[in-house]
Amino acid sequence: MAEIKVCSPAELADGAVRIVTVKNLEIAVIKHDGKYFAYHNHCPHQGGPACEGVRMPQVIDELDENGRLIGHAYDKDDIHIVCPWHGYEFHLNDGVNVSDKRIRLKKFDVIERSDGVFLSV
Amino acid sequence: MNIMNKMDGSDVKMRDVSHQHYETTQALEHAAQQAIERRYENFLIVDIDSHHYENEAWPEIVEYITDPVLRHDAGHQGPAKPGMGVGYGSYQELNGRIIRYRGRKIEKTPPVPHRDITLMRRWMDAMGTDIACLFPTPMLNLSLSPDVAIQTGLAWAYNSWLCERILADEPRIKSMLYLPFLDPEACIKTVEHFAEKKGVIGFMVTSTHQRSVFQNGYIRLYKMLEERGLPLAFHSATGGEPGLRLFNKFFGVHALGFCWNNMLYLTNWLINGMPERFPKLKTIWIESGLAWIPFLMQRLDNEYMMRSSEVPLLKRKPSEYIREMYFSSQPMEMVDNRKSLELTFELINAKTQLLYASDFPHWDMDLPSTIYDLPFIDEAAKRNILGGNAQRIFNLEPIFSPRKLARREAAKAKG
Repeated sequence: MAEIKVCSPAELADGAVRIVTVKNLEIAVIKHDGKYFAYHNHCPHQGGPACEGVRMPQVIDELDENGRLIGHAYDKDDIHIVCPWHGYEFHLNDGVNVSDKRIRLKKFDVIERSDGVFLSV
Repeated sequence: MNIMNKMDGSDVKMRDVSHQHYETTQALEHAAQQAIERRYENFLIVDIDSHHYENEAWPEIVEYITDPVLRHDAGHQGPAKPGMGVGYGSYQELNGRIIRYRGRKIEKTPPVPHRDITLMRRWMDAMGTDIACLFPTPMLNLSLSPDVAIQTGLAWAYNSWLCERILADEPRIKSMLYLPFLDPEACIKTVEHFAEKKGVIGFMVTSTHQRSVFQNGYIRLYKMLEERGLPLAFHSATGGEPGLRLFNKFFGVHALGFCWNNMLYLTNWLINGMPERFPKLKTIWIESGLAWIPFLMQRLDNEYMMRSSEVPLLKRKPSEYIREMYFSSQPMEMVDNRKSLELTFELINAKTQLLYASDFPHWDMDLPSTIYDLPFIDEAAKRNILGGNAQRIFNLEPIFSPRKLARREAAKAKG
């Protein structure tokens, strides 16, 4: 296992995505709400750059006690990575596809130290 | 920014993702890698259904409208006014999730060639596509206009503009031109005027909500196309069907609507004996995926065995005629359905009848790898579907992407 320095501790703004490429492997390092996540930047669907699109919260249909639709909301505790090619969505926390748990983005460890943010490859 | 480090002797490259600028070539870099890995330079790829946003060139197109009143009105009204209030907002963009829609608006292109040609070349070269058939986007719903003057006037202007400004300048871009189906005589005039223009490889009907395909007014049109050896394509679109207005989500409109259009028009085409009346006219059914075709084959054959008296022009079962028609591949249903997809390929005789289509840049586009990576067809069938079938039915001169030719030359030089 090797480490790659991605950035210094305060270098990436919140919301930023940095693509790290080693040989043919692209890894996206995402900074979201102060936390770092790293995934293979390759959508299992048609091979799109999965992490280069937007991130959106889970959409919720709100029903009342009788099952009537009363509106919509976002669950901001469940942010999705949205592949920009076709809109396949993956949970930011673990990379698992929102619609089929068998599909996932490969996750990589991110190590934060005082001298920087590192990717474990 | 780009930072370079080393790891185990290999370069480590870094770049930051930005949505402040957009470039199709970069957005499709992974498609370009697929093209290299699969060695697409070794065979022709023809995409028979791609799109542009002709509304972006609207001021140019308006100048081609001959009716001065219509020209004035079109300049003010524009081609389409989507929005949530009218029920057909920008839902194809998945409400901002598919970033190439807004990316395209800020993508920079040089002053020449025409911006549409530059954008087409960028995605075609990235995907490994050599030749692409180009269709409009908002104008697919022009057929919903009840105004004959608007439909014929705008269709004529668009076709004139397309031939003169796009097709004349890029031999890799072709089109099956838009037929103003509300007016059969205008359709005939369109074929007479445009059939010999450079890059015209057929004609196309979209969302024929106002008229049925079997009406006698169209018979001369079909005969003309058959005599010229030009295919007639039916391209599905979203709007118009009364039943679809019951949907409150684009999910339903798209999933059913695109198939419904082609099921309706193919069935009407067939039960009125068109394949018998025009046996050499090639019909192509575009942008409905494939899953609906086995359903329709089985359903129509079942009816035919009991109600052949209603369709005396038919000499064979409906599925036998359907097997001789052509279908575009996109959006190919590929979720947990390998067995049914394989059966579908068998039922429609895909190796000779299926035509690869991307539908790029729309939200549900398919790359050539959707065909090339299929495990149940051989290399020859893959190449036929990706380009050989289209080359044959459109009688296309093979023109390869310069990027693929360069790769081929490089491989040759390497030995």
